[in-house]
Amino acid sequence: MIKSWSWFNKVSLIVGFAFLYVPIILLVIYSFNESRLVTVWAGFSTKWYGQLFQNEGIMNAAMVTLKVAFLSSTLATIFGTMAGFSMVRFGRFRGRTLFNGMIYAPLVMPEVITGLSLLLMFVAISLDRGLWTITLAHTTFAMCYVAVVIQARLNAFDRSIEEAAMDLGCPPLKTFFVITLPIILPGVLSGWLLSFTLSLDDLVIASFTTGPGATTLPMKIYSMVRFGVTPEINAVSTILIGIIATGVLLASVLHKRRESQRKNDELLASAIP
Amino acid sequence: MGAERLCRVDELSGVAMTSPDPMKKKHKGLPLVSGGLVSMICECPPYRWAASRCYRWGLQGRSLTVMVPYLWLVLLFLAPFLIVVKISFSEIRIAIPPYAPLFEMIDGLYVQLNLHMANYQRLFHDDLYMHAYLSSLRIAVVSTVLTLLVGYPIAYGMARAPKSWRLPLLMLVILPFWTSFLIRVYAWIGILKTEGFLNMFLLWTGVIDEPLVILHTNIAVYIGIVYSYLPFMILPLYSSLEKMDHSLLEAAADLGCPPHKAFWKVTFPLSRPGIIAGCFLVFIPAVGEFVIPDLLGGSSTLMIGKTLWSEFFNNRDWPLASAAAVILLLLLVVPIVWFQRFQSNRSQLGE
Amino acid sequence: MIEANSQEHTVFAPWNEADKEPFVRIENVTKKFGNFVAIDNISLNIFEREFYALLGPSGCGKTTLLRMLAGFEIPTSGRIIIDGEDMSKVPPHKRPVNMMFQSYALFPHMTVEQNIAFGLKQDHLPKAEIADQVERMINLVKLNAFAKRKPEQLSGGQRQRVALARSLAKNPKMLLLDEPLGALDKKLREETQFELMNIQEKLGITFVIVTHDQEEAMTVSSRIAVMDSGTVAQVAPPAEIYEFPNSRKVADFIGDVNIFEGRVADVQADSAQILINASDVPVRTGRSVEAALGETVWVAVRPEKMIVSLNPPKNMTENVLKGEVWDIGYLGKLSVYHVRLQDKRMVTVAMTNRYRETEHTITWEDSVYVSWAPNASVVLMS
Repeated sequence: MIKSWSWFNKVSLIVGFAFLYVPIILLVIYSFNESRLVTVWAGFSTKWYGQLFQNEGIMNAAMVTLKVAFLSSTLATIFGTMAGFSMVRFGRFRGRTLFNGMIYAPLVMPEVITGLSLLLMFVAISLDRGLWTITLAHTTFAMCYVAVVIQARLNAFDRSIEEAAMDLGCPPLKTFFVITLPIILPGVLSGWLLSFTLSLDDLVIASFTTGPGATTLPMKIYSMVRFGVTPEINAVSTILIGIIATGVLLASVLHKRRESQRKNDELLASAIP
Repeated sequence: MGAERLCRVDELSGVAMTSPDPMKKKHKGLPLVSGGLVSMICECPPYRWAASRCYRWGLQGRSLTVMVPYLWLVLLFLAPFLIVVKISFSEIRIAIPPYAPLFEMIDGLYVQLNLHMANYQRLFHDDLYMHAYLSSLRIAVVSTVLTLLVGYPIAYGMARAPKSWRLPLLMLVILPFWTSFLIRVYAWIGILKTEGFLNMFLLWTGVIDEPLVILHTNIAVYIGIVYSYLPFMILPLYSSLEKMDHSLLEAAADLGCPPHKAFWKVTFPLSRPGIIAGCFLVFIPAVGEFVIPDLLGGSSTLMIGKTLWSEFFNNRDWPLASAAAVILLLLLVVPIVWFQRFQSNRSQLGE
Repeated sequence: MIEANSQEHTVFAPWNEADKEPFVRIENVTKKFGNFVAIDNISLNIFEREFYALLGPSGCGKTTLLRMLAGFEIPTSGRIIIDGEDMSKVPPHKRPVNMMFQSYALFPHMTVEQNIAFGLKQDHLPKAEIADQVERMINLVKLNAFAKRKPEQLSGGQRQRVALARSLAKNPKMLLLDEPLGALDKKLREETQFELMNIQEKLGITFVIVTHDQEEAMTVSSRIAVMDSGTVAQVAPPAEIYEFPNSRKVADFIGDVNIFEGRVADVQADSAQILINASDVPVRTGRSVEAALGETVWVAVRPEKMIVSLNPPKNMTENVLKGEVWDIGYLGKLSVYHVRLQDKRMVTVAMTNRYRETEHTITWEDSVYVSWAPNASVVLMS
């Protein structure tokens, strides 16, 4: 149908992707810079990575972040799947409008408000703040993303497949585990991955809901950035980018193998709230 | 029961039976693909007991599925928000927590309602806050338009790319979305600062003689927002452009419409849903943005997210920050409701 | 339906036997979705070994009725009794019926044999027994070469067979089929219709099929229930539905028909005369009618039971209409004539082309006579 792309399309793609990737590539390259001056190349070195692992503050923050991300993404996946399932399969129930509202509102709510409101509540019920309050906060907003991903997945799924299982003698709960879950599994996994990276990235909500002793990596990076650009931050960033890029690429390669056709919609569904 | 019923099928179907032995071998690998584990769990007595209980409770098993996330969201989303509204009507106090209670027992006899409108009055009368709101909106609108201008050619190029290229390109657009927001904003500091890469490059090529001051200005904020939210713009645009039937353009050409005109008469109007969705996805988070104005903007960059943050953390004026949050949300309600109606109209038309 | 193997050629018609207990009893069932009444007070009996068709246009409630038999919808009021047991409180997974879904609803993550084994596993049968039964079902639907394939690697016709095998594997007392052949192309559909009939006869299971395709319903079923907007218009064997529809709706839905409005002019013991509005010539019917003189009735005549001729038919004072050929459709074995009557109404006549086209004598704008025998028409009261 379309045999060749015009030079205009090629140029806009090249310029566009350069805009998207040059900042990240520069950041990665200069994490290997010998000099402390970030913009002056002084030879290849991995010394900043070495220093990074010596830096107890960063390592602690990384641990906190990973714990929070693991816990909250797992919880968010479970609750989000339940919520998405309820929205698609249970038709109308009492309080459905409020439920839908509570699923969609956190997606468009400015982070400052989400963070502020959670902090004010934790203060109001005088809950000790720390790792656990960040986890609660992250679970809450991530589960809404998961619910939306699951909802999209379930909507694309022929309901009579579940009915067929029940018709053949499989009770409802078992049907969920042996039929529904395996079919929506890619959605569940991408929901988990999404929650994990959202938690890994979050600065604003974590800053509001944290307490003494629990500093996440973004909070640590943020406080370092305020003192200027340093090669250590470049090194941390490079590691984070590396982990996430590998994870996402791996996931998408696996996904592509499973169903190359549906991939297109799935990526769109997982990225657009 | 099973065996007897199975025999009946066999007799009636008149199909010659094969010896069962080869079958047994074949069926060793028969457990459900969904994983032997799941079926093992499902076969085990406690699970079956629980499942039968659940069914006996009928709708209760079902309502459990709704109730858990429902309660979670009520407790951790709705309740906190109501608390914000409540505190926005309170008076600031130097205490822990730093606000006066809304209801106060006076002499243990009656409850006094301390409805305090001063926070809102201050927001509306203090120029700083009004400017912050207006400037947030202005910055959000300008950067949304800029994002559209940058994103449209990219999305268009992707949608017109050969089929085998589209998925990798889509992947490349989404990949930055997964990497840390903070890091992507940070990357621009090194580029935009006075002795940064951009100035170095421009001085080297001789386009400029003196370094440009971009960092800590609104221009840096625009660049930051466009960069950070570009994937949100490209994805809906791409999906609406990709869906477009190419024969429409052929029909336009057949009816005598030159290509550039066909773009404005056919392609652009048909991508309208994508444009609206993309602008919405950029505008809404941009209004409440904190990280970008804080790291890339200067002292003159006023954005409500930043103001709210400093009101809360630096001045510890929680009631005022709450009032600012309530107003910010009210500001966002109009475009959100409009977008919702647009979306539901579209889905109704689609049906 | 006639049982071919039976010595005395007894007719299979359990619904005519007074003492026969129905296998399924649908008693005054109503189903509402909000304010919408999907099923309006339906009562039906389905007998063992019947091939029962629910026929009607989309939205008439036939699928809802089938889903109530399977247990996916619960009647708002009324009862469904299957094999003597009230099904009101029985969930789908505990009912002795299986369903074949319109979309086939094959489990995409399981192979053909895993799909077929699924229902048997739910009964916790011994592994060897499951394997045997799966083998039998795979043989029955001739899918031996495809046992290890996943549904997406099969053609539409093969998927349809897997769905059939899966729903039969548990040897249900009754099989429900929701538009089972809807997704197949015409040729395959016709082949599969006969295969379904063979399987049904072999296994002796009661089949209830939902379809909107009247030819399919007529081919496969022992009885057809014609449904219309939540109610049952007529229940009868295919030939009776076609030859003796009980209302204009049924006559119109099943096949093509010409309907003339008129008034009863004369009632005899074995015939009746009706004055139709379309012509001065009265219509004579081959059966008596139970209507008062002057009452408004409708005369229905199937196109293939009419004759078009250039000359007035001899010795006929009734059942003759005059008109002009408006259009001719040549379909090979048939020619369809649209004849415009004097009052500008159109009549459709289908005649077999017994001679070559060259001998075709009737052509456009010819003045013609349309006639039919008295026993070709049916009088409809509604």
